[in-house]
Amino acid sequence: MANGEYPKDLKYTKDHEWAKKSGAAVQIGVTFHAQDALGSVVYVELPKVGTAVTAGAQFGVIESTKAVSELYAPLTGKVVKVNDAVVANPSLVNEAPYAAGWLIEIEPSASAEWDALLDADSYTRLLG
Amino acid sequence: MPRLTPLNAAHKKLGGRLVDFAGWELPVQYSGLVAEHEAVRTKAGLFDVSHMGEIEFKGAGALEAANRLITNDLARISDGQAIYSGLLNPSGGFVDDIVAYRFSPEHIFICVNASNREKDFAWMHEHARGVKPVDRSDEFAQIAVQGPKAFGIVQRLCPKPLEGVGTYRFTTGPVAGVDCIISRTGYTGEDGFELYCAPDGAEKLWFALLEEGKGDGIVPAGLGCRDSLRTEMKYALYGNDIDDLHTPLEAGLGWIVKLDKAEFIGKDALVKQKAAGVTRKLIGFELTEAGVPRAHYPILKDGQKVGEATSGTMGPTVKKAIGIGYVPTALAAEGSTFHVEIRGRPAAAKVVKTPFHTRG
Repeated sequence: MANGEYPKDLKYTKDHEWAKKSGAAVQIGVTFHAQDALGSVVYVELPKVGTAVTAGAQFGVIESTKAVSELYAPLTGKVVKVNDAVVANPSLVNEAPYAAGWLIEIEPSASAEWDALLDADSYTRLLG
Repeated sequence: MPRLTPLNAAHKKLGGRLVDFAGWELPVQYSGLVAEHEAVRTKAGLFDVSHMGEIEFKGAGALEAANRLITNDLARISDGQAIYSGLLNPSGGFVDDIVAYRFSPEHIFICVNASNREKDFAWMHEHARGVKPVDRSDEFAQIAVQGPKAFGIVQRLCPKPLEGVGTYRFTTGPVAGVDCIISRTGYTGEDGFELYCAPDGAEKLWFALLEEGKGDGIVPAGLGCRDSLRTEMKYALYGNDIDDLHTPLEAGLGWIVKLDKAEFIGKDALVKQKAAGVTRKLIGFELTEAGVPRAHYPILKDGQKVGEATSGTMGPTVKKAIGIGYVPTALAAEGSTFHVEIRGRPAAAKVVKTPFHTRG
């Protein structure tokens, strides 16, 4: 896989989510690999602003034409922003998984969790 | 280990994403489900359906033997025609849904679902009178060429004129120099052919069709879009929409049941069910709220479970969240409303006319 598909400035989970620091908040989405494995994304179900999410626990659902998959939070915290554009146009996840296809922003409550996330190299190795 | 079709190497070469399907390693997609779906609706797509089974009745009395096992009537069609039919148990439930080809009254060729091949053959063998079936599945590969450009592509590779081979008719002849049963059938709602050939000719035929169709925009297509295409047509999928507990009358397939036929397995049950009236029906619905329906999601009316979705997807052509499911007869009329429970949340739905997609 090309390097550009797993940007170095992001952190990753084994469940194929990415996390990116955005000021005090952390933006979350699914990786290139996740959207590629899912195929055409047709529906995303995201939590409301203010919802508490827990690292490793389900925070939403992403559906492709053929399947339903769960979304897992990389970090514990509170949802502060939801990408309404991706709810209205789920194909953004396929078109730009690290940009317009982001899903939620959270305000993390346990800073130690960030360091436990995978870096691009570890994630790429995990993909094999 | 899953079984491999004669086109396995071709799928790998073309970058197909291989999955285990009914014990077979087959491509779920190549370039992407939606792109392949659209290609079939507007141009042409090529499917490996070599996993399907083929069972044959041959000899004097073949038609009568096969006809006693199926709901449709081989006596009403001519040689060179095929019919879609149910293969039923005595309770009227589906053992399988099949396509029966009438070469002659002495030669009936039946295409069955891959997942049911062994069961069907055993069932037919046990219940056939006179002529016994032969399982010829290993002697055939099958390639479906589907889409508005499919006819031209196949015709250009075949010296035999095919205009006369209308829907649900078939002939035999070479395509790209490979001897085939050339059948004007499919599972997508588009025009096209299903080509049955010997396994050792499959790869030659596959690449010749891809090459010939290049200018028309043909693409190799996977099982993923095969399912979304058939769902948009409300074509039943065995194991989802029909099974041994549901009858053709409940499934809205009364047209494949010829109750005036002298005898077939399941007839008595269907005669009774017809007289009493069916209590549930397989309908097509669309969601009127956000969400995507999927198989096994409960169908609710006034908060009570009254049925179940059997198939569902976001239809790439119809661009709606569509589903198929059984509901009580009172809720089966077009426009009837109910809810589909999606992960514990009820989403509003209404019964719509099917097929969801009409060929444009």
